[in-house]
Amino acid sequence: MDRTETLQRYAFAVLAHLALLLAWYLFVKLGNVPKFVMPSPGETLDALLSPNYGWWGNVAVTGTEIFAGYFLALVIGVALALAFTWSKVLEAFFMPLLVSLNMIPKVALGPLIIVWFKYGVFPNTLMAFSICVFPILLTTARGLREVEPELLDLVRSLKGSRWQLFTKIQLPGALPYIFSGMKVAAILAVAGAVVGEFLGSDRGLGYLMLQVQVTLDTPAMFMAVILITLLGMLLYGAVLLLERWLVVKDARLD
Amino acid sequence: MTGEPFIHLAGVTKIYRRGRSEHPAISDATFDVMAGELVSLVGPSGCGKSTLLKILAGLHRHDGGELRIGTGAHSFDPARDVGMVFQAPLLLKWRRILENVLLPAEILGLPMAAARERARDLLALVGLTGNEDKYPYELSGGMQQRAAIARALVHDPKLVLMDEPFGALDALTREKMNLELLRIWKEAGKTIVFVTHGISEAVFLGTRVVVLTAGPARMADNFRIELPYPRTLDIKTHERFGEYTRRVYKLLGME
Ligand SMILES: Nc1ncnc2c1ncn2[C@@H]1O[C@H](COP(=O)(O)OP(=O)(O)O)[C@@H](O)[C@H]1O
Ligand SMILES: [Mg+2]
Repeated sequence: MDRTETLQRYAFAVLAHLALLLAWYLFVKLGNVPKFVMPSPGETLDALLSPNYGWWGNVAVTGTEIFAGYFLALVIGVALALAFTWSKVLEAFFMPLLVSLNMIPKVALGPLIIVWFKYGVFPNTLMAFSICVFPILLTTARGLREVEPELLDLVRSLKGSRWQLFTKIQLPGALPYIFSGMKVAAILAVAGAVVGEFLGSDRGLGYLMLQVQVTLDTPAMFMAVILITLLGMLLYGAVLLLERWLVVKDARLD
Repeated sequence: MTGEPFIHLAGVTKIYRRGRSEHPAISDATFDVMAGELVSLVGPSGCGKSTLLKILAGLHRHDGGELRIGTGAHSFDPARDVGMVFQAPLLLKWRRILENVLLPAEILGLPMAAARERARDLLALVGLTGNEDKYPYELSGGMQQRAAIARALVHDPKLVLMDEPFGALDALTREKMNLELLRIWKEAGKTIVFVTHGISEAVFLGTRVVVLTAGPARMADNFRIELPYPRTLDIKTHERFGEYTRRVYKLLGME
């Protein structure tokens, strides 16, 4: 019963995607839409098969920026949140600051990052990082704070140590929150890296898009968008899998 | 019962201080609990019952009066000899039931093989055999509260403090849990302080009922319940049961 239901849901998901492809195809064919406005699915796929674009090299560059920026944000975001739970002073001082910094549209930092770090993979990684780190930090800090007061009483009545409270209650309790931040950040990381490439870069899918835009090579632009999306899905999917593995069903936040 | 009481409170007071404002929560708690008793603590909401339990658990210090727990025959270690049950089961969602029950043993650093054995026995005692490897969400509210009771007993404490443990359960489950608690109490042989605002529950369970009036808590009454154990639900139709409950209702100004 439950199994057939999930199977049905998967079937519908696949069907919806196929329907979108079909609609795309029909729209282009029946509407006689010129290729430079909107290529057909076939023409887009042709672009992928052409060796001129150096797809795999560009995918590797953009992928590196996304994953490196994301991973850096995860490590630093979680580490900062942990530091805040250990030191009230640190939290009282830095948290309001970080909330304000979070209000900066990270995209606006792009030109500055380029001034500071020049073109290349590193500044774009930094772009992805800067856009990811806040959601991870803020949700983790929130998760660590969210301990039921009576659970605290229970541990304290047993004269449990701060460390025990942290490892046995706070950290596992914060895990669902960490993942909820990670999911938001996974989507942002892709945007961060690509915007970084738009602003200044000599490699990567974002850079490639600007190059082919000049010649109105729309099929290549379409393909680039698709590959960027696939990179994002890969990251998001990996996070989902990890969450399934590490977080008990009932504790997951959506 | 004669002899030295396991818990002795005389004129205990507690004032919560927040900055410069003072909030008196208990103005006089005076009663004794003998080892092995199940004392019901009843009083209106907000009168300071939870505060009193926290003082007994060593979570808060009292501000005045006399408080002593333990006797020559029954020594009391504040870290190891308190088990707590709250209104919410407060099980850790990410731990299986057996691991949840083991939490106090882990915190106290008890030998784990023996604790595991004991946890299994306790799960049997509370009627949860077969649920050791389930996660809390797979259990009903009543079953989760049974697991919480097993957790409160796993380190073999001398004193179990229960703060409205059945307050969130539906009426039927609550009656059932009352019977179960009496059985567990008898088998485990613990001293229990049971906080409730259910008057009939207080009389049904207690060897003694301590009545507190609206906050700051003050002693209104403290009397033995002369009804024999094992108690069954029939006892609620007993004439004396009615007298006891009326006596508490009157004290709490509801008659
Ligand atoms: N940590 C605290 N700080 C200040 N006031 C508190 C605190 N805990 C409880 N109180 C107050 O003390 C009074 C007694 O609370 P409590 O012991 O929880 O009552 P009960 O358990 O009988 O409902 C209430 O007025 C409550 O608001
Ligand atoms: Mg209370």
